[in-house]
Amino acid sequence: METILVLTHVDETGSALTKASLEAVSAGVELAKQHTAKLTIGVLGAASAEAATVAASAVAATGARLLAISGEGFAQPRYATDAAGCEALCRAAQASIVLAPGSSRFVRVAAGVAHRLGGFLDTHITSLSSNDGVDATRWFYRQRVEATISREARPWFLLLDAGTHAAFEGESGAAQVEAVAVTLPAARTTVEGLRSPMRDAQTIRPNARLLFVAGAGWTKKQPDGQIHVAEAGELILAFLRLSGASLGSSKSLADQKAEGPGEEQSVLPFLTHMNQIGQTGATPRHAKGLSTCCHGEEPHVVGWRFIGERRAISLDPNCGWTRGKADVVYVADAFQVMAKVNSLLEARSS
Amino acid sequence: MAQELQIVVCAGIVPDPLQTLEPVTGPNGPGLKNEIVLPAVLDPWAACALYEAAQLVAKNPGSKLWLVSLGPKAKLQQVMMTVGQKAAFELVPVDGPIGGFPDAHSTAAALAEAIAALPGLDRERLLLFGGWESATRGAGVTLQLVGERLGISDQFQGVDQITLRDDGSFEVLERVEGGRHQVSVCAGTPAVLGWATGNLAEPRNNPQTGMANMRGIMPALQKAKAVTLAANGLRYVSVNLPKQQRETRIEKNMTADEIARELVEWIGAE
Repeated sequence: METILVLTHVDETGSALTKASLEAVSAGVELAKQHTAKLTIGVLGAASAEAATVAASAVAATGARLLAISGEGFAQPRYATDAAGCEALCRAAQASIVLAPGSSRFVRVAAGVAHRLGGFLDTHITSLSSNDGVDATRWFYRQRVEATISREARPWFLLLDAGTHAAFEGESGAAQVEAVAVTLPAARTTVEGLRSPMRDAQTIRPNARLLFVAGAGWTKKQPDGQIHVAEAGELILAFLRLSGASLGSSKSLADQKAEGPGEEQSVLPFLTHMNQIGQTGATPRHAKGLSTCCHGEEPHVVGWRFIGERRAISLDPNCGWTRGKADVVYVADAFQVMAKVNSLLEARSS
Repeated sequence: MAQELQIVVCAGIVPDPLQTLEPVTGPNGPGLKNEIVLPAVLDPWAACALYEAAQLVAKNPGSKLWLVSLGPKAKLQQVMMTVGQKAAFELVPVDGPIGGFPDAHSTAAALAEAIAALPGLDRERLLLFGGWESATRGAGVTLQLVGERLGISDQFQGVDQITLRDDGSFEVLERVEGGRHQVSVCAGTPAVLGWATGNLAEPRNNPQTGMANMRGIMPALQKAKAVTLAANGLRYVSVNLPKQQRETRIEKNMTADEIARELVEWIGAE
């Protein structure tokens, strides 16, 4: 019989669980129900026992055993302390299956924790199913091949991709939280904070319904024989402001540097490699995606696996998007179309 | 002040991303159809790690760079003909299976063993680099496991930048949610850095570097230790190539106004 631990962590407020953690809790509740298994939820990252109790109150309605590791040493995500904390939670829970959100915090430490416990880890899990055992689905080769896997070895750690399960919603209640003690190793790493690389605006918006992807065509010569990079930047930023979309980029555009000696910034200054979508970029989840000035070849499109409806604007009637990779392709000048789109959105918002 | 670094880059080889992939199931489990003859390249994120490492080594005289790569010897030789022209390194090949389906834990064990056996490696000065995920398994597991097996308790994933300081400490930028970087300062080596894209462009091919590298690459390939990777209870229930083809509507004759109206309606309220 399986015993299930869901590892969670607090968000930047320090006293609430992240959305991805609540999604993992949903998955854990469902799996525990299917296997009539004992469920434990572990909370990591709170600076104090009080904050951990407040965070755990959001999942008190699960009826699960609640464990928490708290203290100043866990207030910042860091390998040495987080790995020690997760290891202690796992040893206290004695779980055969450990679920956790695939957040940057847990992605950093989960493999090390699994190794310390003699277990095995699989990541980027998109769904769980039960028969005699537990099956997990994930993608290989950058979202090109899908596989369902199972393991006999325990403990089995599974990191769940964000957005694949509904976040747990239950009435907050008084949480009976068991504090787990841990001896921390000497920390050689100091976390100094977060830095946003964007100069003008936060253009990466994971919760947006629409992904807007800009390709290198925005920086190419236009029908008048000139390049219009500044205009391209204005059009793109205006669209992001008016639509609330998240900005993605092809690698070829993100790679382009502005001209001039010693110039290191991107040709579009608000664009960084963090915006990159595709083979060497992100694979975000959005309901809709609009590609502009991008060829739509396979290295681009592998980053679009989890985009629901896809449309593209391209001057090339034979671009990759037309070969069954988008729902609609407009063979048109993106400069003209996006200027009109922005006017309509502006009118609508006013 | 220059520091004498010892950097080990773990980098696998992957099918060229432009190739069509078709999964097949053989006696040893799943694989790709004609996998052994598919053109291969160095794993893209690991390649970023290699270029960042090469730049650090170039800036810090007395430093050394090893490239540890697990794959079939013949494929490794093919890929190294190109990679060897981009950065100077000592290749440490491990002769093993290619692809994303072998278990990451076994891969990590083989890599850690190869690194631990490197002659002249001072593990207290080690910077262990690699991609934060591969383009095959894409799990982001192997490098952490190698680090854990080597007893390294300062690990960073999704790294875009490392800045060395004169006192031996270094600042690291790691990608976190929402398009931001977490800024950390580590007291010094040893450390594990799983690289995302970094900030460097792919270096141009340099035939002289290639010639110098090949003098070491060929003998290393001949001496490569063969490994088999245990499944560790990992079982593939199914492996599929999902249908990706959409019914594309191609609009060639709409005006910019018409397209804009249709797009705004489609975008809906955000």
